[in-house]
Amino acid sequence: MGYDFEWGTLLRAWPYLAEGMAMTLFLVAVAMTLGILIGTVLAVVRIFGPRPLQIAAGGYVNLFRSVPLILTIFWFYFLMPPVMRMITGDQNLTIGAIYSALAALTLAEAAYYCEIMRAGIGSVRGGQMHAAMALGMTRSQALLSVILPQAFRNMTPSLINQTVALLKDTSLVYVISLNDFLGAATKLGQRDGRLVEMYLFVAAVYLALCSLGVWLVGYFQKKRAAGA
Amino acid sequence: MNYNWDWLVFFRQSVTGEGYYWEMIARGLGWTVTISLLSWFLALGIGTAAGVARTLRNPAVRWTATVYVHCFRNTPVLVQLFIWYFVVPELLPAKWGDAVKQMNPALNQFLTVVVCLTLYTAAKAAEQVRAGIESVPASQTHAALAMGLTTAGVYRHVLLPQAFRIVLPPMTSDFLNVFKNSAVAMTIGLMELTGQTRQLSEFSAQPFEAFVAATVVYMVITYLVILLMRWIENRSRIPGYLGA
Repeated sequence: MGYDFEWGTLLRAWPYLAEGMAMTLFLVAVAMTLGILIGTVLAVVRIFGPRPLQIAAGGYVNLFRSVPLILTIFWFYFLMPPVMRMITGDQNLTIGAIYSALAALTLAEAAYYCEIMRAGIGSVRGGQMHAAMALGMTRSQALLSVILPQAFRNMTPSLINQTVALLKDTSLVYVISLNDFLGAATKLGQRDGRLVEMYLFVAAVYLALCSLGVWLVGYFQKKRAAGA
Repeated sequence: MNYNWDWLVFFRQSVTGEGYYWEMIARGLGWTVTISLLSWFLALGIGTAAGVARTLRNPAVRWTATVYVHCFRNTPVLVQLFIWYFVVPELLPAKWGDAVKQMNPALNQFLTVVVCLTLYTAAKAAEQVRAGIESVPASQTHAALAMGLTTAGVYRHVLLPQAFRIVLPPMTSDFLNVFKNSAVAMTIGLMELTGQTRQLSEFSAQPFEAFVAATVVYMVITYLVILLMRWIENRSRIPGYLGA
């Protein structure tokens, strides 16, 4: 093994790497929050909505789940600017890479969160909807204060799992040269000729973060099994 | 601004002299399918071995498999690809590393992607196989051992035949994920379907047609995989078992 490690490169790269990590966490936070929100709406529409909307929501989910995320990112990066220019009529309008990435991640993850929430709503026993309505609640009241809170609680482990997947997926914004954690590490690694140290460090950090997620999933599963 | 839709773009010659534009899509599709199918078959073998290893008594074997599965499931596939492509050749003994670097670049990229996707997918498959094995009641293992089967015999004749049938539905999504994950190949320069589409959209200046075509192709692949897995599920179903 003829490679001389030079770990000091990480120390010098530290501020830039921290910025990259901030970008990654920002992408995760926004895509998770909006993704769960949109996903829940989609799930409710797929279960309770009128037939045409059910089909539309189902089509949306199938579309986003059957194409690679890199392709979705390209859709938004290459196609959104011309579409927005057509809509607004502003010829000079540009959309930053970060907005394209956010749109792609949010809308793609919404499809995955939708499937989880659909299972979650299905896990709440059907009689509860009837009981809530017999108590005089409207359909939306029953949904918001009876069904969804239980669905969220039942699905917490799956939602965290999906968020761990999202964290891993954010690294794909590399393809539009966004400076997320992996992007920042790549740039510095190439500049200093220290890709080996950089990539090993990046892998270790992702492993640590995802392991934390896996541990959380286990914690919630145990808590649920204990009937808390 | 008005966009000029032009679906005939696929039957025009590429400006860079690579033949017709549809050939770019076809070449990309060829790479995507080759990489994905090859990785999937290798991953099934390695994943089964790792899944079995995780249920064995021997602590050394079990822990090795557990560490492998944990590490490969919990790092982004793109990071793994970069490690295989940029890091591993540096860490190999100098002679091997040089051999890798002097390889035909296309072959080097292809092999790297296949190794990466195989091990990434196998880690996921291992979890499915383990879950399948664990869902077979332990009394069956005891009964088989009491009848004189060896440990290998128990796995070969009792546990795995049932486990595979149980995990077929979740395996479908793993199979689909291989096709989707193969898009990372473009980041190291192997122009599979997504990579070709991006080039096509730039060369032809018709991005909408290019991306719509790629999307349709991926959706067709998804549909075919689902049909195939459903067929296998039906063919392998045991009457009177698992909701047949």
